[in-house]
Formats: sequence, structure tokens, C-alpha cells
Amino acid sequence: MARADYEVVIGLEVHCQLATATKMFSGCAYSIGDEPNTQIDAYTLGLPGTLPVPNRAAVEHALRLALAVGCEIPPLSRWARKHYFYPDLPKGYQITQADQPYALGGAIEIPDHDQPDDPLATRRVPLLRIHMEEDAGKNTHAGEYSLIDYNRAGAPLVEIVSLPALRSAAEAADYVRELRTIVRYLGISAANMEQGTLRCDANVSLRPVGATALGTRCEIKNLNSFKFIEAAINAEIRRQVDLLDAGEAVIQSTMSYDPGRDQTKVMRTKEAAADYRYFPEPDMPPLSIDAAWIAAAKASLPALPWARRRALVQLGLSAYDAGVLTADHELADYFDAALAACNDPSLAKVVCNWVTGELLKLLKTDHAEGLDDGDNTGGRLAGCPVSPAALAELIGHVEAGTISGRAAKQVLAKIFAEPGQSPAQIIERDGYRQVSDQAAITQMVREIVNAHPQQLEQLLAGKAKVRGFFVGQVMRVSKGQANPQVVQQALEAVLEQLAKTQEP
Amino acid sequence: MSASDDILGRSARALAKGIRDGELSSLDVTRAYLEQIHATEPALHAYRCVTSELALAQAQAVDRARASGASLGPLAGVPVALKDIFVTQGVETTCGSAILAGWVPPYQGTHAQRLADAGAVLLGKLSMDEFGMGSANENTPFEPVHNPWARDHVPGGSSGGTAAAVAARSCALGLGSDTGGSIRQPASLCNLVGLKPTYGRVSRHGMIAFASSLDQAGPMTREVGDAALALGVLAGVDPRDSTSLDAPVPDYLAAVDAGAQGQLAGTTIGLHRRALELDGLAPQVRDRFEASLAQLADAGARVIDIELPHFEHAVATYYVLCTAEASSNLARYDGVRYGLRRDRPSLRETYEATRHDGFGAEVARRILLGTFVLRADSYADYYGRAMKVRSLIAQDYAAAFARCDMIASPTSPVPSWRIGAKVDDPLAVYLLDVFTIGANLAGLPAISIPAGFTASAPRLPIGLQLIGPRLAEPALLRVAAAHEAANRWHLERPPASGGGS
Repeated sequence: MARADYEVVIGLEVHCQLATATKMFSGCAYSIGDEPNTQIDAYTLGLPGTLPVPNRAAVEHALRLALAVGCEIPPLSRWARKHYFYPDLPKGYQITQADQPYALGGAIEIPDHDQPDDPLATRRVPLLRIHMEEDAGKNTHAGEYSLIDYNRAGAPLVEIVSLPALRSAAEAADYVRELRTIVRYLGISAANMEQGTLRCDANVSLRPVGATALGTRCEIKNLNSFKFIEAAINAEIRRQVDLLDAGEAVIQSTMSYDPGRDQTKVMRTKEAAADYRYFPEPDMPPLSIDAAWIAAAKASLPALPWARRRALVQLGLSAYDAGVLTADHELADYFDAALAACNDPSLAKVVCNWVTGELLKLLKTDHAEGLDDGDNTGGRLAGCPVSPAALAELIGHVEAGTISGRAAKQVLAKIFAEPGQSPAQIIERDGYRQVSDQAAITQMVREIVNAHPQQLEQLLAGKAKVRGFFVGQVMRVSKGQANPQVVQQALEAVLEQLAKTQEP
Repeated sequence: MSASDDILGRSARALAKGIRDGELSSLDVTRAYLEQIHATEPALHAYRCVTSELALAQAQAVDRARASGASLGPLAGVPVALKDIFVTQGVETTCGSAILAGWVPPYQGTHAQRLADAGAVLLGKLSMDEFGMGSANENTPFEPVHNPWARDHVPGGSSGGTAAAVAARSCALGLGSDTGGSIRQPASLCNLVGLKPTYGRVSRHGMIAFASSLDQAGPMTREVGDAALALGVLAGVDPRDSTSLDAPVPDYLAAVDAGAQGQLAGTTIGLHRRALELDGLAPQVRDRFEASLAQLADAGARVIDIELPHFEHAVATYYVLCTAEASSNLARYDGVRYGLRRDRPSLRETYEATRHDGFGAEVARRILLGTFVLRADSYADYYGRAMKVRSLIAQDYAAAFARCDMIASPTSPVPSWRIGAKVDDPLAVYLLDVFTIGANLAGLPAISIPAGFTASAPRLPIGLQLIGPRLAEPALLRVAAAHEAANRWHLERPPASGGGS
């Protein structure tokens, strides 16, 4: 059968590290990028006699995510131990949640490309569950020996498990992107794939189109970029198509992706899979999340990406612009604040152009990355010297005709160079105020017309191009301050006068 | 009577009072105990290590504090020793295992901290069955501990070192841990008071885990009042243990003083008569138990029959659950971060050699059993079923406590036995836990108190156990104190303590 005869079924398991000051089950401080083995305490090292105590802030973060994606929160959930021996796992088991996770169901909305007419159309990818767990440390192999860094051991994680409801590698990447945007909106994780605060495993299976039973799945581990998510899944699909076409069975396996060869390869088959000997964690009572906690967490949720996209389109923005602005909630917040300060909703498109155009350009980042695989969509506005109110003020000056659009760009650049200056201060100081005084400009036009009889003759002879020459001269003489519209009008009037006086 | 005999003869409570009143100096008391350790240790091997310098420094600090008029803690100047399962910062902590030999904890456990905060003087760490797994203190890579009442007999286990030291007056009070009877059984075999509190009453932070859902720390003392004094210091919620109970700590000493009046009118004691028909119950133990029960009735207690329908299943249930938890809790001993390490060419071989050499036979046996019962294909038949039976056992107790205030039974079905006599029959030793295990499975408080001696030679102690509802420690202490007031067994000194009785 050809590829088109198979339906691709993908389910994702995404691990997201929660940005809390301390670890999941101890008061040990944790931040990324510190010297190895400096973020450790007795519990982190699994010293005898230490006990886990849940970090309320981590549970709160996890709870907000679950509520944001519409999960059901059972009143009680349980911790469980998952056992395996590895040097980066200090206790010989990982505390996780097994048969009673804290969050069930829910869904992530991804763009629905089957409805090209409606750029805001979405498809809900249902979730099986979300659970909390602690991270392991990191092994680094150094020739004959290994080095272990326990900083990350015990860091709080949530694992978001989707149902097998994704239909292509592109959808899988969309799903992870949407999930990443949500956790960043919630402010609960840096969700950076490169740094490992967002990690993805993909379960891939094929079935003949029209079949209802799922095919045998293979799990690709450790996909650490959006590029690899798509490439690895596509490689695995090719591998499975080849197997099935050759009449061979897919064997349930754990796979790794080799980007150099653009191939997936079997790490281990199900028969060789470890028995993790899960059992309920006896060191902690069941976790109770009551209705009051849920209500408080719900009340703290911000507007989420799709809601904001729809709101921006309602304001008259294109779906594309809405996407650019909402890829980064800080950018969307900035836009909303600037538009509010303008006091005129009809300026939405204008404000959007300023924010996504000049402002991002000056912030020296490529705003296209906001929609791209780049991890650095967050933090671009950090240290931005132009407040939304200042941008609104600047736009106001352009709208009122006080300055030209071109001048406004220069004023914006000057605020970047000299933070703390307001647009009005720079406009006054550097003489950007537009001259709209009709009499003065008319006088200027007359003088220039008189000084260039040859060009006047050409113009009056019907050579319309020369009009631009006169406007340019006026702008030059006025040092760019003359209002171009007024100059046009004045030139028109002067020419009309001349035409009258020259009539026989 | 020498000054030293006077000190060693006093209860911990009397010592604390003497020091508080300025009648005794903490330094003299500590020195007397260090001398007693020196005198008794060669025969007993109760101590894993003696912290003489630390003890003398702490004693001097207590004396200085008293001289300066500072208020003293409830255990100020009382020399205590801890089972080596308790983490002590800066003091080697082995949990009775070669795999932790030489490990010096960088943090302080809650027990050592609370005792120190109360002014107690730490004499040292006490021997135990490896990781708390055993009933005779013979499961050890170190020297087995001898029973001060009969040197060629076992002290019981797993808190055997604590029992021997307290009985031999080589510490004023000791701390033990109890997963299936490890405080009460050695207390019974050494003529002591051993109190296993309600699960969660005392923190587990800093107590090296054997079976987390069953482990509980508690005092082992010569008198009931000392157990109450120590429990008052140890009990209370601990933010480092999320299974510790956030319940007020009552005045345990007041309960003891009330009981010492000898009046038990209004107290109903449940008797599970069927358990007395047990094949392995020694006739002398049964006789002493019935005599004790008669004494309690004489003091005014009402004795009624109760049923514990799932009693017979407790031992099997316990050995499924405790081995499962142990196999998990002991996974961390892999030689990577601390403790013993046998370097081998590969990681897997290093793990295997480290754990093979580091764990004794009984620990290895329980890890294997526990690993088996948690396997995906045996979980439902073993662990899952055992958890259901555990609930039924807890329900049995709850139903019984609707009709009585506490349940009385022997603590151990047999008195102590000769060292080495049962080492080849682990199953027979498991079955000796029959009376004590229920309290652990149901999380209930239980106390073992002296109930006399065997009539035949050698003269061996026998214990009486009382099990109460959750947080009923005051009631248990009250009845135990009444029983103590009616007897003089607790005042007897064992032959191996350097003095006559």
C-alpha cells in the first residue's frame, strides 16, 4: 500500500519542568544552569532517613495547567514509586503518579488545517491525563567513567499525556507549540526544548484507512526540538510503512531518532522493557485538592492563546497578526496596553503594525521567530525602553498630524538610544514637529517655484513628475518638518494662481 | 550503695528532676553512665559506637545552663542512646548494615534534634538487626547483642541493642523503632517498657526506612513514666514528614501519674481469647499473661471477650507488605553516592557486587521477596491482596474498640532463646511476630510492659502488650502505670548490669 493508504496515529507524552523556587518534594533551591551538584540537599541525594514533602507551589502550577486545558481534578490523587536502577536516580525510584493522577481528560486546541477558509478554526486534541513527578539528575559520559550532576534531580515536572489523536507530524509539532504557549501564558515553566524544560516522546502507529483498531505503536524518546519532532515522526512513519508493505509486523518498541541519518532505530523491544514495579508511595498521604483550591486557581488563570487570538481578530486584526502577537503573551499584553492607551479601538491595526514592525525590529529580534520553532519567543520585551503608553503617545502624535510617520520612526529609535525620554520631549527637542501652517508653507512654495522657472515651465507643460521635485524641495528647505499633505495642497494652489495670472 | 549505683538506679524522670533541682550534676550522671557502658559492653555488645566526648560536652552545657539560671528542657542531663537506625549528624549511622558502614550523616534527624533540644545527653548509637529486619539481633555484620538477663540468650530485635543497653543500665532511656514489633518484642525479652506510638505520632524524618507505612519510632525504658517523658519530647507534627500527625500532644506524664494510683474502674480491656490457643504460645507466657490480666481486673478494669476475625492473616499480610516496601526503600543503596562501593568494570557489576557484599542474608531475602511481590504479574495476587487484608485487619480493631478501651495480649509468644537457636528457621522467627504485627498494620499505639519472669532457669522476662485505638497513648500509659504500681519487676536488675537485684 502507498503511504496514503495508511492512517497515521500519534500520541504525545510531553514533560514540562515547572518553574518553582524549590524542588518537587524538598525545600532544595533549584534553578537551571548552576554549577554541577550545587543545587542539592539530603533529600535530593536520597540520603537515608529523608522523606518527600510535596511543594505546594509546584502543585499549584500543575493545577493551573490542568484547569487551563479543561482537565477534571479528582478530590484525591496518589503518589507512586517507579523503580529502576540508574546512577542519576538517587533513590532507585522516581516518585510519580500512576493509576490516580491529579488531572484527567482535558484537551489542547491546535489549528485545524482542514478548514483553510477559517484561520481561527481549531481541532481539540483530547488528553488522557496529566500527572506530577520528580525529575532525575543528569549523567555525562566521559570516556571510561561517567559524571553525575544531581542539580536537576527532584525538579518538579508535569507529564501531559495526549490520547492517540494526532494525525501527522506537523500536527504533533503544532500540539507541542500550543502546549508550550499555554504553559508560558500561565507562567509556570520556561518550556524551553533546548534547555530540556520541555521534552517530548511520541507514540506512532499506522492502520489502514478506515480501520478502527489501533496498530502496534512505537515510542520515539527524547525529541528535543520542534524540527526533530516532525522529522523523527516522519522517519518512523516511513519505517512502519516499509515494514507493513513488506508484510512484516511492527513490533512494539522504544525508538531513538538519528538526525544524521534521518532514521529512527530500535532501542529496545517491549519484551525487554523494564518492570517498574509501581506501587503507592507510602511516604506521603494522598494529595487532596479541594474545591476552594480549584476555584482560587481557576480565578487566577489568564486569558489563553486562542481566546486572545479570537479577541484580536474581533478588533479587526488579521489572523496572521493575531498569531504573531499571541505567540508571546508579553507581546500580546504590550499590544493590549498600547491600544488601550490610544483610547481608540479603531487603531488596532496601526498599533499592531508598530508593535510587530518597528518595535520588534528595534528589539533586534526576528519577530517571525514568534511563529517559528525558535524557543526564544519569551523575554523579548525584557528591558524594552518604550512603555506601551509611550508608544500610544507616539502614535497619537502621528494620528494628530503633529509629526510624520517617518519622523515617528526616528523618535522611536531615539527613545531606544536614550531611555527615559518621552516622545514629546524628543519631538520638541529635535524639532520633529510638523509644520502645517498653510500661509508659511504657501510662502515657502512660492519662493521655491520662483527660484526654479525651468522646472515650473515643465510642470505647467504637463510633466507631472516634476511635482515631486517641488515637494522634495519644500521638504528639504523645511528640514522635513513641513506636513507633506499641506505642501501638496499649497503647491496646487500656487500653480492654479500662476496658471490664472498667465492666462491671456 | 555507691553514688554511681544511686544514679544508675534512678529512672530517667528521677534523674531529670535531680539535675533540675541541682541535687545531681549532669556531668556526674553522664560519667556514671559512661563507666557503666565501659563495664557492661564487653559482655553485651549493645553499642555500635559511644560518643563520650559529645556526651561530656553536652553534660557540661546542661550544668552551665542550670548554673546560669536558664530553663532546662524536660530531658536535661538525661543520658540517652539511639538505635543506629536514627540519623545523627556527625555521628556514624549504619542502620546495622555493612552497606552503610562509615556513613556519617551531614544532616540531623528529627529524633536526635528533639532529644538534644530537650537537653538529653547522647551516649551513642545502639546495635540492631540490619535495617530493622530481625527478632534476635543476630542479623548483623557486627557482633550479636547479648541479653543482660541471660548472656547466652538473644535480647530480641530488631531494637536489641537498645533493649540490652536500657536493661543493663548503660543508658537511662533508649530510642527504638518498631515495624512489626521491634520495640515491644525486645522490651518484652529484656523486662522493659517499650512503646510503639500511633503511626504518625512521632516523625519518621531521620529514621532510616525499612517499611515506610509501618515504621514508627518510640521509647524503650525501665519504667512507664520514662516512656511518657520521652514520648512527650518526641511526639508532634514534623514539617519534614508529611505522614506525621498534626494532633495536639497531650500530657503523657499526667496519664502515668493517674494510673499509678492503681484505679482502673471504668476501663474495659478486650481479650482475644482465640489467640491464646495458638500452638506456639509458651505455657509460662500464657500463665504470666493471665496473672497480669487478673491484676488489671483486681484494679477495677473490666475484661471482655472480643473478636479479631482476620488475626491469623496478619503475619502473611505483614511479610508481603514490609518486604515490598523494603525492596523499594533499600534500592538507594547502590554504591554511587555514599556507603559501601565495590568498583567493577561495568555499572551493573558494580551494583551487584556492592549490594551482594553490603546486604546480609535476611535483608537480601526480603529484597527478593519484596521485588517479587511488586512485579507487574504478581502485584494483584500479593501486594494488592495484602493491602485489602490490611484494611480488614484495621476494621477488626476498629470494631473491637467500639466495645473496649484496649486489647491485652502477650507481647512475644515465647521468652528469649539461645543465641543461634533459630538462625536456620526464618519462618519460625517470622511467626513470633504474631501478637505485635496487628498494631503496625492498623497504625495503632501499643505498649509492652514487664509481666514477670519464667519460673524455670534461666530466669527470663515476659511481657504484656496493650494495644489501643489511634492516639490512645494516654490510656495505654495509664493502665501500664497501674500495672507497674502493682508489681516490682521493673525494679529488678539483670545479672549482666553489674549489680544484684
